[in-house]
Amino acid sequence: MHKLFPWWKRDYYAGALMILLGLITAHEGSNYPLGTLNQMGPGYFPVALGILLMILGGLIAATATAGADAEEAALPHAEWRGWACIIGGPVLFILLGRTTGMLPATFACVFVAALGDRETTLKSALILAASVTVFGVILFHYLLKLPMPVVTWGGT
Amino acid sequence: MIETALTDLWYGFSVAFEPHNLMWCFLGVLVGNMVGVLPGMGPVATISILLPLTFGMKPVAAILMLAGVYYGAQYGGAICSILLNLPCHPPHAVTCLDGYPLTKQGKGGTALGITVIGSFIGASFGITEMIFLAPALVSVAMKFGPAEVCSLMLLGLLAGSTLARGSPLKGVAMTVLGLIIGIVGADIETGTPRLTFGLLELYDGVEIVALALGVFGIAEFMKSINQNVKFDTKYANVKVRDMWPSGADIRRSFFPWIRGTLIGSLCALIPGTGPTIASFVSYATEKKISRTPERFGNGAIEGVACPEASTHSSVQGDFIPTMSLGIPGDTVMALLLGALMIQGIVPGPQLISQHPDIFWGLIASFWIGNILLVILNVPMIGLWVKMLAVPYKYLYPSALFFVCIGVYGANNDMFQVGLTLFIGVFGYILLLLGFHPAPILLGFVLGPRFEENFRRAMLISRGDIWVFVDIKNHPISTVFVGLSALLIVAQVVLWLRRLRPGERAPRIAATPSQAEG
Repeated sequence: MHKLFPWWKRDYYAGALMILLGLITAHEGSNYPLGTLNQMGPGYFPVALGILLMILGGLIAATATAGADAEEAALPHAEWRGWACIIGGPVLFILLGRTTGMLPATFACVFVAALGDRETTLKSALILAASVTVFGVILFHYLLKLPMPVVTWGGT
Repeated sequence: MIETALTDLWYGFSVAFEPHNLMWCFLGVLVGNMVGVLPGMGPVATISILLPLTFGMKPVAAILMLAGVYYGAQYGGAICSILLNLPCHPPHAVTCLDGYPLTKQGKGGTALGITVIGSFIGASFGITEMIFLAPALVSVAMKFGPAEVCSLMLLGLLAGSTLARGSPLKGVAMTVLGLIIGIVGADIETGTPRLTFGLLELYDGVEIVALALGVFGIAEFMKSINQNVKFDTKYANVKVRDMWPSGADIRRSFFPWIRGTLIGSLCALIPGTGPTIASFVSYATEKKISRTPERFGNGAIEGVACPEASTHSSVQGDFIPTMSLGIPGDTVMALLLGALMIQGIVPGPQLISQHPDIFWGLIASFWIGNILLVILNVPMIGLWVKMLAVPYKYLYPSALFFVCIGVYGANNDMFQVGLTLFIGVFGYILLLLGFHPAPILLGFVLGPRFEENFRRAMLISRGDIWVFVDIKNHPISTVFVGLSALLIVAQVVLWLRRLRPGERAPRIAATPSQAEG
């Protein structure tokens, strides 16, 4: 089996992530005036919450039990192709949406995302992308009047 | 009291029957029913996608439609569980236990018929509960000062994060994370940009749509892709005439309907226990008091009737704390509150008096929507069954496009699309680490109001943190804090008991993992 979390128990990672996030929040928060409990400044809440999150992260890691291992075994296999395509779709949507307009952006987004499924063929991905594009452009450009050009060049 | 309630309800119907509102209500329940049936789509993602489209609508129409998606999805989710054994909607996971065996015996139609009737009974009771209880709650909540509001939110947040799925500690961590994400942006009082990391685009804060679609859209797609859930549709051909239950079935289901409805309406009132817990509790109860418990799991009609009635009664009751106190019980309610806030409406006890059209119109639309759903589900059952066969590989790329364009449309801003993607990837990491991210949204929606009220309470009490447990001047707040402390103590006790070998904490009779087997 692929082990997504080598070396450590999963809850150690979970706790560590929370501690890290808490640390970032508390550190950022300490840049703003803290104020007092009576007159709380903008920094008070972020610092308090950041510290709270760090404590919670510590507790999560400290209470990591063997019981979680069963759940860990049920974790999905690494699905790099699927993940890459799901991330790639919106990335293309952003890039093409900024430069070439709604039609190419939509087509590329759906097409690339569809390729993430192992059963999808090139042909079925093309058909799906084309139909969603037609539907999407009609709905969002002509009916809902979204201010995004259908096709353009040089950016908006 | 009954008289005023009826007058208000009459007014509500006059709002809900305006052609414009009626149309949006119908559209909402239709879309809801559809996504409920489609395996792999949930009401949360759907409501988030539709949310940007409601920005230009009137508040009443927007809320009627979004609420319709929520309860409509419950009707559809039941079809999915009974005919395909797919517990894709958590509240309906228990229904699989007896619903699918019934389908295999060729009685799937009857099970659906019993479900539709039970759902309607449950929903009707939940709505009635709301009509009488919400105004009563409001009259109490009107007297709340900042300290009381704060403690109540604390209780709501704690209950929402510890009673939901997964480890309570991780749930609380997610709530705190949500509160932190809610801080991002300009400070309400001083205007200082907080936690923006120098990004000008974050000055207005994180868009609720970006957060919800990242966590419940993109992260979910990453989780579900290529998982190839096996289901077969060979038993799933149901015709309308199969749906009429026989007299014996109705007699058997009658008391389970009533019991389920009551359990559901009780669960709706306890913050944090939504429809999912209601359906599990009611199934367990029904099995316990049955004279023939061995029939459960092998196609007992009671095992379908009871949880479905309780789910629907709880779904409607869920709206009570949301609409009367402004405290959402779960993710969907948090989204609906977010939708109201985008429309410039401040949630809280003043909502009913300031916007009676929204409150009473919503209640009236529940009745209309539920009747529409019964009409939609009986004669059109064949269509819904066909929709079950839509494979995930077509669904998620299209949904991904709707996520992108929806987030873009919210502000006509590509930055938010990128932010959504970032949140999505981060949300998936959280999922892998065993976090259930639902409480993030609760914290996010309540966060700013919590901070505002906390600051105000501190200002009034001159920095005395003990004001929240000042039993003489703030008895209500003390009770809320006490209940919160009780929740924490209960969780610690449960955890200690689980540590002891051989002794397991009592669990609710059936867990979703069993339902899949």
